[in-house]
Amino acid sequence: MRVEGKGLIDRDRPLSFQFDGHSYRGFEGDTLASALLANDQRLVARSFKYHRPRGILTAGSEEPNALVTIGSGANQDPNVRATVQEIYEGLEAHSQNAWPSLSWDILSVNDLAAPFLSAGFYYKTFMWPRAFWEKLYEPFIRRAAGLGALSGQANPARYEKAFAFCDLLVIGAGPTGLMAALTAAKAGADVILADEDAVLGGQLNSDLREIGGKPAQIWAAETAAELARMNNVRLMPRTTITGVYDDGVYGGLERVSHHLTKPSNALPKETFWRIASRQAILASGALERPIAFRNNDRPGIMTAGAIRTYLNRFGVSPGKSVTLFANNDEAHLTAVDLIAAGVHVAAVVDVRPSAEALGAYRLIPNAQIVDTSGRSGLEAITIRTASGEQRIFTDCLGMSGGWNPTLHLTCHMNGRPVWNDEVVAFLPSDGAVPGLHTGGACAGVFSTAACLKHGVEVAGSALEALDLKAKDTVSPQAEDDPYRIMSYWAVPGKGRAWLDFQNDVTVKDVRQAAAENFRSVEHMKRYTTQGMATDQGKSSNVAALALLADATGRAIPDTGTTTFRPPFSPVALAALGAGAEDKGFAPERKTTSHAASLSKGAPMIEAGLWYRPSYFPASGETNWRQSCDREVGLVRKTVGICDVSTLGKIDIQGPDAARLLDLVYANTFSSLKPGKVRYGLILREDGHVMDDGTTARLGAEHFVMTTTTAAAGQVMRHLEFVSQAIHPEWDVRIMSVTEQWAQFAVAGPKSPELLNGLVDNPINNETWPFMCCGPVMVHGVSGRLFRISFSGEHAYELAVPARFGDSLFRVLVARAEALGGGAYGMEALNVLRIEKGFITHSEIDGRVTAFDVGMDRMISDRKDCIGKRMAAREGLKDPDRPRLVGLKPVGIVKQLTAGAHIFCAGKEATRENSEGYITSVCFSPSLGHFIGLGFVKRGPERLGEQMQMVDHVRSIRAEVALCDPVFLDPEGGRARG
Amino acid sequence: MAELIALSPLGNADPLAIGRCTLSEVDPGPMTSIAPFRGKDGDVSKALRKSHKIDWPGPNETTLSGKTRCIWFGREMALLTGASLDDDFAKHAALTDQSDAWVCVALEGSDAEAVLARLVPVDLRIAHFKVDQTARTMLGHMNASITRTAEYAFLIMVFRSMASTLVHDLQIAMESVAARG
Repeated sequence: MRVEGKGLIDRDRPLSFQFDGHSYRGFEGDTLASALLANDQRLVARSFKYHRPRGILTAGSEEPNALVTIGSGANQDPNVRATVQEIYEGLEAHSQNAWPSLSWDILSVNDLAAPFLSAGFYYKTFMWPRAFWEKLYEPFIRRAAGLGALSGQANPARYEKAFAFCDLLVIGAGPTGLMAALTAAKAGADVILADEDAVLGGQLNSDLREIGGKPAQIWAAETAAELARMNNVRLMPRTTITGVYDDGVYGGLERVSHHLTKPSNALPKETFWRIASRQAILASGALERPIAFRNNDRPGIMTAGAIRTYLNRFGVSPGKSVTLFANNDEAHLTAVDLIAAGVHVAAVVDVRPSAEALGAYRLIPNAQIVDTSGRSGLEAITIRTASGEQRIFTDCLGMSGGWNPTLHLTCHMNGRPVWNDEVVAFLPSDGAVPGLHTGGACAGVFSTAACLKHGVEVAGSALEALDLKAKDTVSPQAEDDPYRIMSYWAVPGKGRAWLDFQNDVTVKDVRQAAAENFRSVEHMKRYTTQGMATDQGKSSNVAALALLADATGRAIPDTGTTTFRPPFSPVALAALGAGAEDKGFAPERKTTSHAASLSKGAPMIEAGLWYRPSYFPASGETNWRQSCDREVGLVRKTVGICDVSTLGKIDIQGPDAARLLDLVYANTFSSLKPGKVRYGLILREDGHVMDDGTTARLGAEHFVMTTTTAAAGQVMRHLEFVSQAIHPEWDVRIMSVTEQWAQFAVAGPKSPELLNGLVDNPINNETWPFMCCGPVMVHGVSGRLFRISFSGEHAYELAVPARFGDSLFRVLVARAEALGGGAYGMEALNVLRIEKGFITHSEIDGRVTAFDVGMDRMISDRKDCIGKRMAAREGLKDPDRPRLVGLKPVGIVKQLTAGAHIFCAGKEATRENSEGYITSVCFSPSLGHFIGLGFVKRGPERLGEQMQMVDHVRSIRAEVALCDPVFLDPEGGRARG
Repeated sequence: MAELIALSPLGNADPLAIGRCTLSEVDPGPMTSIAPFRGKDGDVSKALRKSHKIDWPGPNETTLSGKTRCIWFGREMALLTGASLDDDFAKHAALTDQSDAWVCVALEGSDAEAVLARLVPVDLRIAHFKVDQTARTMLGHMNASITRTAEYAFLIMVFRSMASTLVHDLQIAMESVAARG
């Protein structure tokens, strides 16, 4: 129910929203949780395993129960904690894990079967029959248990990643964080203050007491405003710091538009920040822990601090008659505030015999709550005192078992928290994270005055590390009550007392784990699943291990804790992967002829990051093979044009340029004359082939190396490594020119005819013999011409600066078409090279040596090269290795497929019998049948042998004959002539 | 005789103005990478000073003389933009024409830094990345050269072939920053 005159909500701005189809009213400033409580909607969820009715337990991001789905359809967000979801006009929320409805859930039958479903139940029960697990048990369990679901549709929302830098990151904007940020900002530090809440102030927003003579809420707002006015401060509300990483880098999730009715499509839903800070202060406060007792999970039972927050911050009382159950003084403040607000307090039950009332309410000291009743919401509790048991009717119960410092982030780099008997809690260990200082409640400092003071102190330490001087800052006056607590975890007795609300783990489960000898806290965790839900057991871990300690007869410090890992609270994968969807997945590299190719209707294929035309369909062609066959014919008979700019081009200059090439290439390049081009093979250190290509010598100390498209980056890196790490003393400089030059193959018998008249220089066999190169002028533009051939035809590659690429491609294609030729794409290029037996990375796939491809004689005897020694290893020279051969069909089936394996005729096609495999195939229009390249054991010695090809994946079998890999013009006369 | 028509990497596309930011293609003129040969650093510095009245930039620096800018471009390398070098210079350093290898854009406006914070993993705050400082870094998935040319202006260069991705990535970041108001 709403309490008049209280809270930070804006009563002038009413909002309507829906929960499970029912309309409700709330106010701006409400969370979904506070608005539901204001509307007396206590039942909000069903529990994970037993489908028990559950309500709201907390008022913060640690909430284990109140998980809901926001929105519907493609935009829906499952597992949103109602305690952090701000309401907006038209918000639509749905309960989860209940069918057919939240109030009548069929699977609540699980709760009746609870005696059979205790810890270890799955492990013991679903052992046999073995096959049943995957087919029956697991699908059933998965359907029965669970959280919210994804929509199954692509998420249209925009998410974002971003980077931020600062001198000091302050995590948490409660009294400690605000004071620390203010102190550091005044000293001139560049400060980021991040808080997961929409309103800065932390616990102060739930507190009615004064700071420096002002209500705490006002002081917090004024301090936040003061920080906002400072240029060196960046406030990041709604931003949860989720993880700690090396070198002062913190992950932060900002909820950017979850609170807006109709955000712009351009506005991200969430931004995942990577914040690099020189120093950081963790001022994340503390989380209140429940006490375990029988049926402590009914809707209406929550933490005492949450009741206080709903009352003071949201103007909501979660019940009409409230009872409190505590082991510390802090919880009594809730009773004091409730009474002041006119809400009836039925009793305060305190386990401490010495407890004293802080106000005019009924205090029952030295008592425990032993049971509760009320099917879908709390109706009554049973308490036990020295004089016996009694029942109290109450619709809301606040539990407080003390406070756990929110030290999770200090554990992200393997820091282990340290037990402190005085505050009955774990505290962060010193130096757990380099550069991270802990302050306030997070460090076990609980009073407001002490937190404010501690904020100034830890800021001083951080400033010292930043070589900045803190100005004298005096923290304002505030309450300085001592923290009085008695260690108390669970009320003894029968029945189920809940510890981990999100995974439905009880005290009994923990004791059973101990009884079955799962004594290590890590074993207990996995056996019971305590702490393994999305809240990582924020409300249950310490109590669970205290009970384990008790059950195993050890002290808490000896029992230890499990490890908190990032993220502190759940992060949508969409935020982590932001920007990488659709076109953001990888850069698109487009050649200068891209637009011209598209205008000719060429479908594009991806070659690494590059987009290359697959083929150029002519009118009437309906199948790629028609286009491909025609394009092959153009090159073989007239002239074809192909953009080859994607091949890596590397400028190598300097007195030691030739030495570098001699070292990285298997063959010799120092003997290459200027104006000449040579084919070369690059080996890896391990003796296998890295790449192949041609290198042209443009001048005495100037080469341009060509790599394959696929290995351009790898070869560049290799050259950098060799010149920086192996021979830094060599005088050689390397620069990529792949992007500088647009380069086109002009291939076919009519290529000289095409070029003559286009380039100023006369082009013929005498002026430009095979494998020569040099500068040319192309319509007045300086270019480079190489007489090289990847098709086996008389061919050239013509390069011009990229700005002229589009224009030159159009000119070349027009000239080719005038000669009866035209453009050709990747399919034809592939056929042309297979017909010639030229290798690509289909063949040199990283497992292949120069010996395997029949090029071992290229490894020069007269010089050393990278990979030479390793290529000579016995196993790599074994004649039994699969070696390069050609293949052609000789039986009824004429199709060959790449990836198929080769077997001896008559042998069974099993893995053990494989004699080799096929790497490239095509239909050869020149020969009129399929041809292939592949690797077969002792292949070159078995030419002519008939074998069988079996493609187990596509179920194709064909009889094949091994042949020379060069199918066309083995003498090479066409390329030379 | 027919002429080859020059086309800029973005094909003279119109500038993009979104929120408090504009993105436009720029033509810095000729661009040449200069990699001094062994022991020739001093000669290169002197020659540059003499021919273009410009200093050799240290790591992460650019130097400026009129419209000529020398941008540190990586290990032992700088990129001279807006001016050509005569052949004689080649005795001191490996010179490689890069005039057509990069798409160059200017990102200007008071939100430019916020836009780049979505894509660039290095610290671009003005106190740490001052006017005329430069970095070889990433922009999204792309290898980039980023130079601060004024308090609210950056010169961004990535491989020419990636021009459309550069605009795509920057446009999304500009929209997202603008949507925050």
